[in-house]
Parts: sequence; C-alpha cells; structure tokens
Amino acid sequence: MGAQLRVYKRRIRSVSATKKITKAMEMIAASRVVKAQRKVVASTPYATELTRAVTAVGTGSNTKHPLTTEAENPTRAAVLLLTSDRGLAGAFNSNSIKAAEQLTERLEREGKQVDTYIVGRRGVAHYNFRERKISESWTGFTDEPSYADAKKVAAPLIEAIEKETAEGGVDELHIVYTEFVSMMTQTALDARLLPLRLEEVAEEAKPSGEILPLYDFEPSAEDVLDALLPRYVESRIYNALLQSAASKHAATRRAMKSATDNAGELINTLSRLANAARQAEITQEISEIVGGASALADATAGSDR
Amino acid sequence: MAAELHVELVAADRQVWSGEATLVVARTTSGDIGVMPGHQPLLGVLESGPVTIRTSDGGTVVAAVHGGFISFADNKLSLLAEIAELSDEIDVQRTERELERAKAEDDAEAERRADVRLRAATAAR
Repeated sequence: MGAQLRVYKRRIRSVSATKKITKAMEMIAASRVVKAQRKVVASTPYATELTRAVTAVGTGSNTKHPLTTEAENPTRAAVLLLTSDRGLAGAFNSNSIKAAEQLTERLEREGKQVDTYIVGRRGVAHYNFRERKISESWTGFTDEPSYADAKKVAAPLIEAIEKETAEGGVDELHIVYTEFVSMMTQTALDARLLPLRLEEVAEEAKPSGEILPLYDFEPSAEDVLDALLPRYVESRIYNALLQSAASKHAATRRAMKSATDNAGELINTLSRLANAARQAEITQEISEIVGGASALADATAGSDR
Repeated sequence: MAAELHVELVAADRQVWSGEATLVVARTTSGDIGVMPGHQPLLGVLESGPVTIRTSDGGTVVAAVHGGFISFADNKLSLLAEIAELSDEIDVQRTERELERAKAEDDAEAERRADVRLRAATAAR
C-alpha cells in the first residue's frame, strides 16, 4: 500500500470514530431536551397559580411593597446571567453572554451600577478571563436544575433587593436567559424581574380578561405579599433555569447533528480521494509492468538476431 | 347537594394531587383553617404542617406541606407548596431516622420537616 493511500485510510478511521461520538452526543442531548421540557411543563401549574395569587394581592389591595414599587432614581441593578456548565452547544453561551453585555451597557448608560450574578461555568469563565467582577456565581446544576437550586440562586438576590441601596442593596433585578421556543429556535432574552410590573403580570395571568374575586387575606395582605413575592421570584428563576437547560440541550443536539453531518461528508470526500489514490497506484504498477515486459521483449528480440 | 370544591395540590416541580373534595383543612400562620364549598375568596400563607383533604367519595387524603399558600376562589382551591408529599409517599422509618438525626444535630429546620412528615403519615392511618 502506498504512503498516500495509507494516510487517507488513517484519516477516514479517525473521522469515523469522531462521527460515532458526535452521533451519540446528539442522541443523548435529544433525550435530555424531552426530559427538560417535561420538567418545564410539570412546573407550570405552580407558576400559573403563583402568578394568579400575586396579581390578586397586587390588584386587590393597595399595599406598597419594596418589591413592587419603583425606586425614585435607581442607581444600582443586579443582572442574573444564566449560562451552561459545558460547551459544545454552538452559540448558546455566547448568545446569552452577549445579551447580558448589551443589557449591562444599557443599564450603565442609564446611570446604574451593575452587579453581575452568574449561573454556569461558561459565563464565569468568560467574566473571569476578562477580569470582570462577579458578585456571586453558582455552578454544577445547569443540566438538570432542581427547585432547591433555584432557591439557592434566588436567596442572595432577594436579600440584595430588600437592602437599602446605600448599604449595598440593588434597586432592580434583571435576568438574562435563553427562552426555549422550539426544538429549532432558542432566543437569548433579558427580562426585568423586580420591581414587579403588576400590569404585565396581570396580563400573563388572565389573558381572557377574567375578573379576579375580592380575596380575604389571611393573616393580612401585607403578610401575604411578603411571603408571596420571594416565592414568585424563585419560581420565575426556576422556570428560567429549566428553559435554559432545555435550550442548552437543544443547542447541543443541533451542534452535534451538524458535526455528525460534516463528519459524514468528510468521510465521503476522503473515500473518493483514497479510491483515486488506489487507482493511481494500480495504473502506475500496470504501466511499470507493461514497460518492464516490453523492455524485456525488446532485449530478447535483439539477442535473437 | 352539589357541595364540592375542586382541589389542586401543587408543588414547585410537579402536581401532587387534584380532585374533588368536600372539606380541606390546612394550617395557616394564624391558625388552622377549614374550607368548605362556597367559602369566600381566600388567600393565606401556609405553615409547615399536614393538610387534610376529605374527598367527595368519602376518603381522606393527607399531605405534608412545607411552606406555601392556600388560595380559594370560585369553588376552586389551590394549595401551593414548595415541597409537598402525600402521606402514602412518606417512608415512615426513614423519616423517623431523619428525625433522630435532626435532633442529634440540633437542626431545628430538619426536625420540624421530619415531624410534619411523620404527623401526616400517622394521621392517614
């Protein structure tokens, strides 16, 4: 076997091995998307009921709460960025990081100081490499977030927003995550979690224009709101974590699918090149034999004379 | 008598139980509260404790809930809890072990959680 042919064969073998790996990763990601989606669906009843309750208290009473009132002139904002722990997901992480950077820029233009909170090793690595300050970060659960994880993330954020701005608290809380639109589409977006815009929440809770009844609050509207709002934030963060996880798996699936397709194409091209090389080798051998034979024939013909 | 109310018991990550009931007893921060069909709209904060649901076919469902809300309107009752477990999902022996461990480690939070679970499990028997 010629050197050229051997090189081609070796490359085909290595590409096929890579293809097998990416194919497996694609299938794993596909099954994880379904699982993550199921978790999103399972968490929906709680989120809907909670939204309904928040709307009921917010519209049914004239309670003023730090979490629903806008600060006179907000000077500090917290941004929570959701990324994944692992890469190999196409532009998933860079998209959400880009969205966070745009949001930060916008907030800074508005004259607010921005505290960044990050979930996921990728985002942490990005910020650390650029030596930017991270207020707090969490890693290790982005593939399958649980409600306890959401609580862990929400706790310092709620604490920061309840603190006075002068003492290091924040006035606003924004979240940047990747919305799972469909298997093919995931969009990075930012949303303001706090202070709550009750009108928006109300619209989300009852698009049919149903009128909420006048509730009796137990023990009191203030206490209910006090207990309700942190839960609401937690549930929103949980939902965002789940959507990010589903989006990440969908992005991985897509990235791995195109990697598998590319590997297949590469194998085809390499096989053609290898065939051509083999054929060239055979042709050369034949012409060498023919050339040798005719030289031999010429020589014996000469000696006969 | 069409006195029934629809109950949804949901935890943060799943729906635990849903069905028709005639009476629901839960513990709010200001004491136990019983809700029967036709109750006035209510929104309350729940304490950790067992919730008893008397179903319309005469059975009883007991669940342990840890923090959450009760909301009732329009003959629909929702119990929202961060963590909720039905009594038959609770492993009594394991919970007893947890209770002992919590007592030994002086972990008030875990002790209360285990205690609520145990009470819910025994109440169903």
